[in-house]
Amino acid sequence: MKSVRIGGGLGFYGDSWQPVKASIERGNVQYIASDHLAELTLAILQKDRQRDPKLGYTRDLVPMLAELLPLALPRGVKFILNAGGLNPMAAREVLLAALKRLGVKLKVGVVLGDSVIERLDELQASGVALNHMDTGGDIASVRERLLFANAYLGARPLVEALAAGADIVLTGRVADAALFLAPMVYELGWCWDEWDKLAQGIVVGHLMECSGQATGGNFGGDWRSIPNLAHIGYPIAEVAENGDAVLTKAPNTGGRVSFDTLREQLLYEVHDPAHYLTPDVDVDMTTLHMEELGPDQVRVSGATGRPAPETFKVVAGYEDGYMGQATIGYAWPDALAKAQLAAQIVQQQMTESGLQPEETLIEYLGYNSIHGPLADPAASEGLNEVYLRIAVRCKEKRDADKLGRLLTPLGLSGPPFIGGASGITASRGLLGIWPTLVPRGVIEEYISVSVEEVGE
Amino acid sequence: MKTQLVRLVHARSGDKGDKANIAIFAPDRATYDLLLREVTAERVKQHFIGIAFGKVERFEAPNVLALNFVLHGALNGGASRSLRSDALGKSLASALLRMEIEVGA
Repeated sequence: MKSVRIGGGLGFYGDSWQPVKASIERGNVQYIASDHLAELTLAILQKDRQRDPKLGYTRDLVPMLAELLPLALPRGVKFILNAGGLNPMAAREVLLAALKRLGVKLKVGVVLGDSVIERLDELQASGVALNHMDTGGDIASVRERLLFANAYLGARPLVEALAAGADIVLTGRVADAALFLAPMVYELGWCWDEWDKLAQGIVVGHLMECSGQATGGNFGGDWRSIPNLAHIGYPIAEVAENGDAVLTKAPNTGGRVSFDTLREQLLYEVHDPAHYLTPDVDVDMTTLHMEELGPDQVRVSGATGRPAPETFKVVAGYEDGYMGQATIGYAWPDALAKAQLAAQIVQQQMTESGLQPEETLIEYLGYNSIHGPLADPAASEGLNEVYLRIAVRCKEKRDADKLGRLLTPLGLSGPPFIGGASGITASRGLLGIWPTLVPRGVIEEYISVSVEEVGE
Repeated sequence: MKTQLVRLVHARSGDKGDKANIAIFAPDRATYDLLLREVTAERVKQHFIGIAFGKVERFEAPNVLALNFVLHGALNGGASRSLRSDALGKSLASALLRMEIEVGA
């Protein structure tokens, strides 16, 4: 039976590509599918693009491929990456320049059409409400502040690019798992109504899209037992024509592929596991089986699919004020009490100076900054040190910027024994996220795929 | 007899807009059945008072002995507008493991 072997690339913008080397060199993969775009990432890229219209893609693209292509080219390994972000054409330009420097000639495919911000008026005029898909809110409340709006595309245009011979496929926003589904559909000849196969493909892609989270990273079970995380292997899947897959990783890498590491990733960021909605298929994960075949080898089979939804998900981002934040550390004895007094001083000064944030958050790092109100009060006794962190949400940047100035003087004029004060830090812009649903037809008609041979 | 979830299950959490999901994983069928009985959506909602401000939904995945909870309004508006240190809700899973449940018959 025919099969295809795919390796997972990055799990987000900022992830390491060192483990991808082992997948290429020793993992026998034909494709690397790399997810650079977490939900938050477009917000980061938008800030880049505001500064410079030639940015807006994930800038790890070139340094990553410069290291990986010399390993991948002799082995014929192809890449599928959503590193185009908000600006796939700009990503293509920097990639072309890099290919010239490397002296290689490749076919580069670009998928466009996920951005709909230019078409929002037209969409609304044609009767698409663009209401918030969770709250039902009217988009008019944020319309003037929108910075981007991108649909999650499916695997079809990616398959088109592969069919046209692309060695590297660059996309903007696509469903994360579609990056992985595309080479399966292309290599195994699946049809777009073979729902169970497509569902298997999506499940495999979903398991792999967060790099080390499938192979023992961020493992909530017995994390101590996971070997050699310093050299973790990223996930590799061998997918057969009938959709059955074996998940593994390259030999002599760290981490683990097991029933436990994979089932944690299976439900990661999933809503209803019986209806995992993607642009290509509505997936039922509750029918699948995972079976350990041996060390670091798990068979995944039996996911079932139903016809793809009639809508595409669009996620828009809008300006939503500024966050000012500052931290200062206090030492034993009575570290928490000192930090609490410092917080009280700053809050009093905020009130007296007329600084009225929309929201103020006070956290004590080392005590409750991660669990918040669920932190155990009994743990406050005898702490070696505690950091006060104050964060404020303000409409205006100049107000958010004031916070750092209030914390800094505490070093000389507050409670004793400090260290690690953050100083006067600039505030940062906050982005609200607006998810909405759009009929698939109005997205699909604007999708375009181009594949061109480039480089030297 | 009561016991803390940290002794029974492992867990992972993640974000989607202002929603967080927390999945808990049982080692065997008996523990899964216990979770089904004890770890209700309502109990999880109560547990996260002060953190999650919307409804809590529970989904069952018996094939991997897991329960998946979706907490609405749980991320201070979502990662890109959150003031929190744990903006992505990655540690909400461990916060759920603090819950105590009845393990007697």
